[in-house]
Amino acid sequence: MLADKDRIFTNLYGFEGSDLKSAQKRGDWDKTASFIKKGREWIIEEVKTSGLRGRGGAGFPTGLKWSFMPKTLTERPHYLVINADESEPGTCKDRDILRNEPHKLIEGALIAGFAMGARAAFIYVRGEFYNEGSTLWQAIHEAYDAGLLGKNAAKSGWDFDIIVHRGAGAYICGEETALIESIEGKKGQPRNKPPFPAMAGLYSCPTTVNNVETIAVVPTILRRGGKWFAGLGLNEKNAGTKLFCISGHVNNPCNVEEVMGISLRDLIDKHCGGVRGGWDNLLAVIPGGSSTPMLSKAVCDNIHMDFDSLKEAGTGLGTAGVIVMDKSTDIIQAICRLSQFYMHESCGQCTPCREGTGWLWRIMKRMVQGNATVEEIDQLYEVTKEIEGHTICALGDAAAWPIQGLIKNFRPEMERRIMEYRKAA
Amino acid sequence: MKKPFDLNAEYQPEHFKFSEKYQKLADKAIALYPKGKQQSAVMPLLDLAQRQVAEEGAKATPVYGGWIPRAAMDHIAEVLDMHKVKVYEVASFYSMYNTAPVGQYLVQFCTTTPCWLCGSSDIVNACKNHLGIDLGETTKDGKFTLMEVECLGACVNAPMIQINDDYYEDLTAASVVEVLEVLAQGLKPQIGSQTGRKSSMSSAGPTTLKEEAKKAKVV
Ligand SMILES: Cc1cc2nc3c(=O)[nH]c(=O)nc-3n(C[C@H](O)[C@H](O)[C@H](O)COP(=O)(O)O)c2cc1C
Ligand code: SF4
Ligand code: FES
Repeated sequence: MLADKDRIFTNLYGFEGSDLKSAQKRGDWDKTASFIKKGREWIIEEVKTSGLRGRGGAGFPTGLKWSFMPKTLTERPHYLVINADESEPGTCKDRDILRNEPHKLIEGALIAGFAMGARAAFIYVRGEFYNEGSTLWQAIHEAYDAGLLGKNAAKSGWDFDIIVHRGAGAYICGEETALIESIEGKKGQPRNKPPFPAMAGLYSCPTTVNNVETIAVVPTILRRGGKWFAGLGLNEKNAGTKLFCISGHVNNPCNVEEVMGISLRDLIDKHCGGVRGGWDNLLAVIPGGSSTPMLSKAVCDNIHMDFDSLKEAGTGLGTAGVIVMDKSTDIIQAICRLSQFYMHESCGQCTPCREGTGWLWRIMKRMVQGNATVEEIDQLYEVTKEIEGHTICALGDAAAWPIQGLIKNFRPEMERRIMEYRKAA
Repeated sequence: MKKPFDLNAEYQPEHFKFSEKYQKLADKAIALYPKGKQQSAVMPLLDLAQRQVAEEGAKATPVYGGWIPRAAMDHIAEVLDMHKVKVYEVASFYSMYNTAPVGQYLVQFCTTTPCWLCGSSDIVNACKNHLGIDLGETTKDGKFTLMEVECLGACVNAPMIQINDDYYEDLTAASVVEVLEVLAQGLKPQIGSQTGRKSSMSSAGPTTLKEEAKKAKVV
């Protein structure tokens, strides 16, 4: 369990103001210039020491990612792009940072921007977060007025600007290259890689895309030291604190900052008042946002919530959007609704994804009723395999995994429903 | 839900111009992006056009809500030196751009799994019954359009809906109808949680940051 003294987001719930003065009282913007004066290498090393891994879903080591940016500056500017598209079902943590801790994000942007040679950051906020985007803009204006952004930002000697770009309703714009296309004023369709954004990203310039939470924890890591952060999690590869979002069938759903690697049981019992009807009433948990395969109750009993523990269990930490389902849940319908989501959000440019997500949804709808054959469960699995790994971006995989998780854990329930439908017919 | 996208439909006005207020905002938006990259401003400009139309619609009888006429897309294409079809493409790709008229209050139900687990179907049904319309329909007085949308990023406050720019969270069948009634009276309901909980903290009171909560008199 995370001790209060080790909490980064001390205003997660907005008990205090999000304004600059309140933020400074909480320690934000303290000694920012001194970190920048230590140089790019020092910052990147410190972030590497901290063991910080990207909080956007894939868990890529952040310091390493920054080091991919060209070392020498040419006439092509470098860009930092911050991903505040937050649309993965089950995930609502970045919203809290935008509305309650915007200065952590802004300060982090300056530091990260400097570390990768960027003079500007774009923050891509999902369009539906209109109020959160406005709070963020307000905080940015305050920072400009206080000399913390703009020329010689925070007296660091580095000029730095931040622009907020609002999305307009498209999950796919969370994918980093689709997001870049969207900022360029186009449809949000992912690009083929390579080239990777670090070589040719926004406006064909070197670009790094990071999640809101990833950037917002950086100032505290530098202030308290990479070693401090590294010492907090389960182990050095799964380090630090993490924002968890626990939704669904718990008594008190909430967002909470905890140590990386906390046990699922502690997370639910200590922060959410337990599963509705008690732990034994648990059916399954989707651990890291809708794209991650579910865990059966038996696995939930002992699982730790971090990148590697969940990977070993055949799923992932993803965005740490924990979706809890009790025994009253129609588990097939729960996954069917996700299939509908992925079909709706496919950008349509790869055939396996465009056609496949529609197929999946249509078969899943019949599976909900039981209006299918047992062989079709295998066909359904095969369709997921046809999509997985055969598309430009990971949305195709994301559409496949929840269904694979369903078949793995609840095949008997699917078969039972088919038999019942037959009997009734 | 696919929305109608007919650039030649009857309801399309012939002309569109930004009003003085929105022109200023548009100029500001364009200036944010690097020189020569003005195309980046297409999304903010579409949004501004939709907001201007919403402002006009609120004063009309019957009322209507924000949408983007083809004439506005053409105007934006000209301003940003883009091919018209590139603007149409953007307008049709993103779900928040309404390319056909909608009601003054666009009621968007999140029905994705986390909200569904917490009873979003009841919320949808309560509103359908209250207004006597189905999803995708608009009330005769032009006030409300009902729509189903995907996860709005507020899942720990499920079930929830978005109406225009605002979220209403922790809903019940009764409280969602109350929100609609307050709006129908031309008033502004309390936004956010309808049970009075502070943002995303545990509904039983925060399990962390307890000192801060006490100071803020939340508990
Ligand atoms: C379909 C899809 C949607 C995504 N949505 C988001 C999102 O909403 N927010 C986010 O930070 N990352 C999202 N990602 C991951 C980003 O592509 C990218 O990996 C991430 O922003 C990198 O940040 P990090 O290194 O700090 O984790 C998405 C990826 C895919 C394939
Ligand atoms: S996998 Fe799907 S969402 Fe991703 S690029 Fe292909 S069609 Fe678009
Ligand atoms: S599922 Fe409704 S807000 Fe996420």
